[in-house]
Amino acid sequence: MMAAGGDARLAFDGVACLRGHRLLFEGLSFALGPGDAALITGPNGTGKSSLLRMAAGLLAPAAGAIHREGTIALADERHALDPLKPLGEALGFWAGVDGQGRDAVAAGLDAVGLGAIAEVPVRMLSTGQARRAGLARLIAGRAHIWLLDEPGNGLDAASLDRLAATMAAHRAQGGIILAASHQPLGLDDAQPIRFRA
Amino acid sequence: MNPLARILARDLARAFRGGGATLPLLFFLLVATLFPFAIGPDATLLAATGGGALWMAALLAALLPVDRLLAPDQDAGVLDQFATRGISEEAVATAKLIAHWLSFGPPLMIAALPASALLKLDGATLVRLELGLAIGTPGLAALALMTSALTLGLRSAGALAGLVMLPLAVPILIFGAGALSAEDNGGLKLLAAASLLLVALTPFAAGAALRAARE
Repeated sequence: MMAAGGDARLAFDGVACLRGHRLLFEGLSFALGPGDAALITGPNGTGKSSLLRMAAGLLAPAAGAIHREGTIALADERHALDPLKPLGEALGFWAGVDGQGRDAVAAGLDAVGLGAIAEVPVRMLSTGQARRAGLARLIAGRAHIWLLDEPGNGLDAASLDRLAATMAAHRAQGGIILAASHQPLGLDDAQPIRFRA
Repeated sequence: MNPLARILARDLARAFRGGGATLPLLFFLLVATLFPFAIGPDATLLAATGGGALWMAALLAALLPVDRLLAPDQDAGVLDQFATRGISEEAVATAKLIAHWLSFGPPLMIAALPASALLKLDGATLVRLELGLAIGTPGLAALALMTSALTLGLRSAGALAGLVMLPLAVPILIFGAGALSAEDNGGLKLLAAASLLLVALTPFAAGAALRAARE
């Protein structure tokens, strides 16, 4: 399913995060190799999303260094899909940007249980379906490193089980997962990263 | 197809399907229709002032789509997704600039045909107007994109966009309208220089603004 993820790596080395003159965290170090996962927990506003955006390269660390090897995919609360397009086509755009074909889109839709509504325009999706569509975009991209910001939000029990299975399959193929979540995701053996208020 | 071609194709499809391309066009034609009502039906007066009025209309039409060029993509997280994939902000801005001009410049040039008939412009003036629009609309499109990037994330972006953009469009307006007169030779060249400067500057200015908007 995925390109060989044998050399994927994500490491934070003494990273500090400064947001609006406020120090959210500092001296954060961890390293993730193929098949590894880390789960970020902590109260709101302590820097969980900022950490993910740093890992994605969207925010520069105030101090320290971030090492990435392998392709990166980010799924946050915004699915980044064109609202007017049918779901399958909207996912097809991102799959194309990621160098993937229609089979990857179909695999992504199946993995989140949305295969039956590929023809429905994105704007008609319910909250939970839109969240799953964002995850489908991430899965279809077949990137090595998955960054998940509250991936369980708005998902029903069946979808949560599917997500856990998909994440396990991704790790089994040498992928890396860095997730921030308030709810259990089935990442029991993940390296914990705890933030405090 | 490389990512930039995909962004270009996506933006073009969005402009023509989402109605973003027709709004400036209708506005331009509406101004051409209303102008004779304000000036009166005197053909010589209309012919003398019509070309300048059409340049004014083109400038204001360029301002219309500013709030839709980047803000929806920013809100939907599309720009973040591009950045996560290592596609530079400058490259995104370039693709968006080309797509925006294609959905703005050529339709405006076509709309200038009926508009010039409404304003009793003669054939020679129409040719110079079309030439000027062909050279000047890339500059207007670039200015619109730059303004859109600079005002990204601000609360009253729409109102501010006009204040940022219109003064910067003064060279385009002066040289574009100046090139309409028969004895003028340098107008088109100066228009081309002003337009080229804006087109060359925009990917970098807009790229830097997009990066700053992410912080």
